[in-house]
Amino acid sequence: MAVRQHDIQADAPENHSPAHAAAHGAHAEGQQHPIKLYLWVWVLLFVFSAFSYMVDYFQLQGALRWTLILVFMVIKASFIVAIFMHMAWERLALKLAILVPPLSLLILIGLMAIEGDYTFLTRLAWFAK
Amino acid sequence: MSHEPATLEPGFRGVTADWSADKQAFPVPWGKAMMWIFLLSDTFIFTCFLTSYMNVRMSTTEPWPNTAEVFALTVGGHHIPLLLIAIMTMVLITSSGTMAMAVNFGYRRDRKRTAALMFATAALGLCFVGMQAFEWTKLIVDEGVRPWGNPLGAAQFGSSFFMITGFHGLHVTGGVIYLTVVAARVLSGFYDRKGTYETVEVAGLYWHFVDLVWVFIFAFFYLW
Repeated sequence: MAVRQHDIQADAPENHSPAHAAAHGAHAEGQQHPIKLYLWVWVLLFVFSAFSYMVDYFQLQGALRWTLILVFMVIKASFIVAIFMHMAWERLALKLAILVPPLSLLILIGLMAIEGDYTFLTRLAWFAK
Repeated sequence: MSHEPATLEPGFRGVTADWSADKQAFPVPWGKAMMWIFLLSDTFIFTCFLTSYMNVRMSTTEPWPNTAEVFALTVGGHHIPLLLIAIMTMVLITSSGTMAMAVNFGYRRDRKRTAALMFATAALGLCFVGMQAFEWTKLIVDEGVRPWGNPLGAAQFGSSFFMITGFHGLHVTGGVIYLTVVAARVLSGFYDRKGTYETVEVAGLYWHFVDLVWVFIFAFFYLW
C-alpha cells in the first residue's frame, strides 16, 4: 500500500483535501484519486458508447462493423477495469490472478465456434433436402 | 488495512515474492480480494452464456432477427433504431460514474456525499431495471417472443435474449439492493465507527462489473 500511495501522489498533485493528506500518514487508506480522473473516464465512456451506437446507426457492415464494435468494446472495458475498478493501481500479483484466467475462455470460444460451424453445415446437409 | 513491509518488490519478482511466501498473498482488504474472485467466477458464467449465444447463432439456418429494428423506438413520429438500448447504456455508464465518485468520497470520509452518490447509483440501477422490464414486456406481449420461438426469425433468439439479459438484470437488481444496504450503513455512520470505508469500494467493484458485462452484451447481442 505504501508503494501505491506514492504512485497516486505523483498522479494527483492537485489534490490537497485534509482526508487525502491524512491518508498519507501512518495508516494510509484505500484508493485516493482526483475526481477529475473519474469524470474524464465517464465522458470517454459516453463518447465511445456513442461511437458504438453510430456504427449501428449508420449501418456500417462487414469487417469494418465487427472491427469497430470490438475496438470500442475493448476500450470501454479497459477503462472500467483499469480506472473505475482501480485495477491500474493494484499489485501485479492481483492483476495476474484476476486478468489471466479469463484468457482460457478464448479456447472455449474457439471450440464452440468450430462446433457451431459444424452444426450449421450438418443442418444444411440434412434439413435442406 | 494490512500492515506490509515497506520493501515490497515491484514487477514479476514481486509476483514470486507475493505468491511464494507463507503470508497473505494479496495486500488488499480480504473483502476486496474475495469480491474480485467472485467477479472472476461471474466472468466465466457470463462468457458461457455469450459463447452459447454465439454457438446457436452460428448454427441456426433461420435468419437472426435484426436487433436494430427489434429494439427500435418511435419518438415523435421518428423511428430511431436501438434507441432504448442506447439510453439504457447511458444510464448504466452514468451509474458507474456516480459509483466511482462514491468510492472516492468514501475514502475521504465524506459520509453524506458517499451515501448520496450511492443512492443515486441505486436509483439509476432501478431506472435501468425498469427500462428492461419495459423492453421485456414489449418483446413478450407485442412481438410474441418466447424462449422457444418467435415470429421474427431464429427460435434461438428468444432463449439467448431472455437468458443473457435476464441474468444481467438479476445482477443489476441484486446490486441495487446491495448498494442500498451499504448506502444506508454509510449514512448511519456504521463505517465511521468501523474505521474503514473499504466496503464501499467492494460494493463499487460489483457495480462496475455489472456495467462491464453490459459493455459486452451491448456489443455482442445488440450491435453484432
